Amino acid sequence: MNHPDAPQQQALSNAWQNWWRFSRNPTAVIGAIIVITSVALAVFAPLIVPFPDHIGAFVDFRNRSQPPSAAHWFGTDNVGRDIFSRVIYALRVSLILPVVVLGIAIPVGVTLGLLAGYFGGWTEIVIMRITDIALAIPPLVMALAVAAVLTPSLTNSMLAIALLWWTWHTRLIYGITRQLRSQEFVEAAETLGASKSHILFREILPNCVSAIAVKTSLDAGFVILIGAALSFLGLGIQPPTPDLGTMVASGASFLPDFWWQSVLPGCAILFVALGFNLLGDGLRDLFDVEDVR
Amino acid sequence: MEFLGFLTRRLMWSILVLLGLSIVIFTIARVVPGDPARMALGPSASAAQVADLQEALGLNEPMVAQYGLFLAGLAQGDLGRSLLTEQSVNADIAKTFPATLELVICTIIFAFVFGIPLGVVAARWKDRWPDNLVRALAIGSAVMPSFFLALLLQILAGYVLNILPTTGRLPASMDFDATITGLILVDSLLTGRLDVFAQAARHLLLPTLALGLATMGQIARITRASMIDVSRQDYIEAARAFGVPDRLRMFKYMLRPAFVPPLTITGLEFASLIGNAFVVELIFSWPGMASYGIRAITQKDLNAIMGVVMVSGAFFVFVNLLIDVLVGVVDPRVRIRGGRA
Repeated sequence: MNHPDAPQQQALSNAWQNWWRFSRNPTAVIGAIIVITSVALAVFAPLIVPFPDHIGAFVDFRNRSQPPSAAHWFGTDNVGRDIFSRVIYALRVSLILPVVVLGIAIPVGVTLGLLAGYFGGWTEIVIMRITDIALAIPPLVMALAVAAVLTPSLTNSMLAIALLWWTWHTRLIYGITRQLRSQEFVEAAETLGASKSHILFREILPNCVSAIAVKTSLDAGFVILIGAALSFLGLGIQPPTPDLGTMVASGASFLPDFWWQSVLPGCAILFVALGFNLLGDGLRDLFDVEDVR
Repeated sequence: MEFLGFLTRRLMWSILVLLGLSIVIFTIARVVPGDPARMALGPSASAAQVADLQEALGLNEPMVAQYGLFLAGLAQGDLGRSLLTEQSVNADIAKTFPATLELVICTIIFAFVFGIPLGVVAARWKDRWPDNLVRALAIGSAVMPSFFLALLLQILAGYVLNILPTTGRLPASMDFDATITGLILVDSLLTGRLDVFAQAARHLLLPTLALGLATMGQIARITRASMIDVSRQDYIEAARAFGVPDRLRMFKYMLRPAFVPPLTITGLEFASLIGNAFVVELIFSWPGMASYGIRAITQKDLNAIMGVVMVSGAFFVFVNLLIDVLVGVVDPRVRIRGGRA
């Protein structure tokens, strides 16, 4: 497991140098542009969409299943709603999902990883064994089971995914911490009598930041994919709220004749997931943390 | 001898993970709000019916005793009875699992057969066009939602080009009972039914592609990275300095150590592969565990859900055990150190 060594840390502190390296990495730049565009579209959705009233349970049978045109860029669905407007609004759901899931999973996962890596002994055994157990459950299957036992909703899906997602961060941070704990700067802090929490969160954690950033970006894409799969199966956010996975599913019955109803929302999922993945991939090269997947 | 010790340690460890898994699943199924008996019977059932089912399921016992019962059942390989069909969950899963297993095995084979050479090619021509192509493929396959890929393949190959079957394991007109291993490809060969084998292979093609492309991309990416990593090792430099030919160096000295990371990655990512198999099976009407699981989920059949999650988890644990043994075979150092972290 690599971690930024001294010269890279200097580079990190130098915003200009960082920006220069970033802007010369095409993968990262394209990824960042896609991510920023998606977020902007989602945030400013009410200002952008041509047919704001098509977001809810709107029906216009005269205009149903129209192919893409100047008025309806992505065509209309089987009850005549503008698919472009719905796709833009659906981005909100797709983007909220990783924010909440990773908002829970990263603090939990990182803290556990720091504890296990630094203290070793029983702490390590217990935490890493629980991690292994959680890894053995397929996230999608778990989310399905939880969604089934509770009522299918966005909140429950997010909870179910977050319940398993921390494991990846624990493994990552555990690996880095184990390498760092015997390094001089940690030993120096120990000798100076720094508190455990100071060592964990002020000495070791800053060295994990680049790895966490890469992992978070890659993860965001994968969480979006799992969320889309859940709603494709009808276990995510419930209609009529627009959701990309749901749109692919409902459009699938009209394939291939009315292909735009499911192919274009599917491409939107691909687009957003691609953005986060490219950004993560670019950041990985930038920070030189090869092992983060 | 030392390999036996490694195996025993690894096996004990797998059992511990399964035990933990059973606790997690039990907790989800029992601690959730709502009464499993009421959920299974629906709102129209009478209070007496609910009470009967509660009694029959042992829901009135203390939680620890209930877990004890669940665990005792598991230890004997008994997953209990479906709350809806009254049939044993074992029998139901045993009926559907071979179809899932066949699909997953084909997927893994597909992913390795194409992923490893792609990774080697990318590493050999690093930063040239083959490398860029493979990297683009790896990223593209990683961000492609499996259900979307499955739909597109189904539409393209099935309806537009009309060259491949899009649903099920065999044509409806074909009557074949896979009774030996449950895997149609294997059983048809064993019984000499080549026509069945050909049809089964045709039916497997699209689901395998839909499920396997992402794994293939990952394997290619990891193989590339580990080949490059190995090529920087001193002994490879030494081999180069001694004039060992390019091809010999690649295949004899680099490929073997470079083979370990893709293996372990496949093990770790196997969980997401099982998850995606659920979606892919559903789209291709594949009569596997997913169709059973999805039905159990929509009908809130708790015992069946617990069974499906438990079997999926056990499948993951077993595959990782197998991979660790394989890694031990490929890389002798692992046997001594005692497995990967």
